[in-house]
Amino acid sequence: MNNVTNGAIAKASHRKKIHDWMVVVILLILLIAAFTISANTGTIRLSPMELFRTLFGQGTPQQELILFEFRLPRMVISLLIGAGLAVSGCIMQGVSRNGLADPGILGINAGAGLMVMLFVLLFPSMQTMNSLFLLPALALIGSGAAAILIYALSYKKGEGISPTRLLLSGIGVAAGISAAMIIMTLKLTPESYTFVANWLAGSIWGSNWKFVMALLPWLIVLLPFAYYKANVMNVLNLGDQTASGLGTPIEKERILLLAAAVGLASSSVSVSGGIGFVGLVAPHLARKLVGPKHKMLLVTCALVGALLVLVADTITRSLPLQKEIPTGLIVAIIGAPYFLYLLSRSKG
Amino acid sequence: MKLSESSDSPAQSNHNQSPTQFHSRPWAASLILTAGLGLLAFGIALSLSFGAASISLEEVWNAVFHFKPELQNHQIIWEIRLPRILGGVLIGVCFAVAGAIMQGMTRNPLADSGLLGLNSGASLAMAICFAIFPGSSFLQLMLYSFVGAALAVVMVYGTSSISKSGLTPVRLVLAGAAVTALLSALGDAISLYFNVGQDLAFWYAGGLSGTKWVQLGIVLPWVVAAFIGALMLSRSITLLSLGDEIALSLGQRTGVVKVVGMILVLILAGAAVSLVGSIGFVGLIIPHITRKLVGVDYRWIIPCSAIMGALLIVFADLAARMINAPEETPVGVLIALIGVPFFLYLARKERRAL
Repeated sequence: MNNVTNGAIAKASHRKKIHDWMVVVILLILLIAAFTISANTGTIRLSPMELFRTLFGQGTPQQELILFEFRLPRMVISLLIGAGLAVSGCIMQGVSRNGLADPGILGINAGAGLMVMLFVLLFPSMQTMNSLFLLPALALIGSGAAAILIYALSYKKGEGISPTRLLLSGIGVAAGISAAMIIMTLKLTPESYTFVANWLAGSIWGSNWKFVMALLPWLIVLLPFAYYKANVMNVLNLGDQTASGLGTPIEKERILLLAAAVGLASSSVSVSGGIGFVGLVAPHLARKLVGPKHKMLLVTCALVGALLVLVADTITRSLPLQKEIPTGLIVAIIGAPYFLYLLSRSKG
Repeated sequence: MKLSESSDSPAQSNHNQSPTQFHSRPWAASLILTAGLGLLAFGIALSLSFGAASISLEEVWNAVFHFKPELQNHQIIWEIRLPRILGGVLIGVCFAVAGAIMQGMTRNPLADSGLLGLNSGASLAMAICFAIFPGSSFLQLMLYSFVGAALAVVMVYGTSSISKSGLTPVRLVLAGAAVTALLSALGDAISLYFNVGQDLAFWYAGGLSGTKWVQLGIVLPWVVAAFIGALMLSRSITLLSLGDEIALSLGQRTGVVKVVGMILVLILAGAAVSLVGSIGFVGLIIPHITRKLVGVDYRWIIPCSAIMGALLIVFADLAARMINAPEETPVGVLIALIGVPFFLYLARKERRAL
């Protein structure tokens, strides 16, 4: 501490660093706490000690079964999609210079949903569904197509992409896609309907290790990529003119980053279903905590997102209801009012 | 001529526009009213004669004006097709007039009961009704949907009233999107939990084809009352559409006008949703086109929007039944197929930043 005496600026930046790391550490502690509570949630209880012992292979077979086969994969998936969606939202907000961008609002989820619905409609054999890795791929195609469409619609020659047009096009495309989905809804069998409705509402359905393995590669590649591009996002945030003045190839970087965001969102959405608002709320909270610089922002954002989905999923599982309410709905019920609050606070 | 600018421009530009710049075209409006009514009558006749059982126009005429209960075709027309088509006319009027009032009062070119979340509020109320009070009468369903729509309005406008700078059109749409997400999340949770999702979907998508005289009888007085109210309010809406300050300086009690206008919108949107479920974009498209045709005076815009809205639904319904006959395409989907490009077109025109 004492050796930072050469100037107020150095001191301030040092304090900022300490503050940021404190934030990260606190978030990690919260995550561990949420993790412990979540592992303890369900019909059969596992006390923190039992949890600890079971994690290190000292539990009873029953405890191990519950933890490793049922709870842990679902929790890991919650963490992963939370991080994935949050970072995806953070990238989208950075790229569009609009704090209200989010994969859900931008129609990415709708595109994925359409493909999933189409698939269920054409191949209604639900029993094989759990063994399918096809669904994530389909979701990716759907959301990729939606993203390209939205990008094309909001692109104007000479002006490029305007944040406003991007959002409005997203809302429009999402509305169009959901209209198309209504037709399909009517043709589904009741069982398929229940599956699709749950999927769209964001129930974490792919809750076994296979889905963790399907999701992980995407995150392993794309999260570091986003971190690597943090500086580019900082520059993009300054506005197109400044950014190109600084020698950034704007359109190319923007498309690359958007592609990464779409990849993150759709791989997450394919496992979790249509969970919205994480991508919106997490970056905002993170920005409040550590400020607008993207390196720290992305890390914080991923942690906040993971925490948010894990908590929402734990709430889902602990509600004393006969049927589970999809996690996405809980996230929306928490996230939408926060979004409205942000809207009312943002400058017009 | 200046009408698109006048409707698109925010308050700040209204100071330097004198009312003389706001043209209205009574002749065009009268033409729309008369020709529109004629066209509507033609559309209704066409729609009555088209269907699984093909019935000649002459027989349609007889069925409507010289009804003979012993003839099967007369029964079909009177009991199935007529209520359906009148229901279509009614909801066309509702959504279009609700959209026109909202666009006028808020000076927001993107206002529409679907986009601003009113329809999803009403749908949430319907989900609650289906799940928790399964035996509800149609009157109760409709009243609940008024309340649901009101919930959405309170949320969207609550957001804009806490907001220091008010909400620009784009941000209002975003608020609408968030309210839609929240209310439909609640609705989804309820319908998943109580297993009424697909029933609801059928209710919404098949709403028009399931319309009965009883329902029309319940909805009609409300719609007529709201429509007359809208006509009476139309002068004040025109003034409001010039900007709050101008309206105030011309002696308008803007607060009262806004509240009354919002209540009218709630009744119109709630009634329409309870009849057919959420059909978006009618309230977006129709007032725009109407303004292009008749100018900026809401005394003309509101009745003309009503006619055009009815026309849109009647012909869209006819098309929806023809596309994939004998199966029906939900009419809301067809309208979304027209509405989405229209919305995107408006979005491209929208220049203001958030």
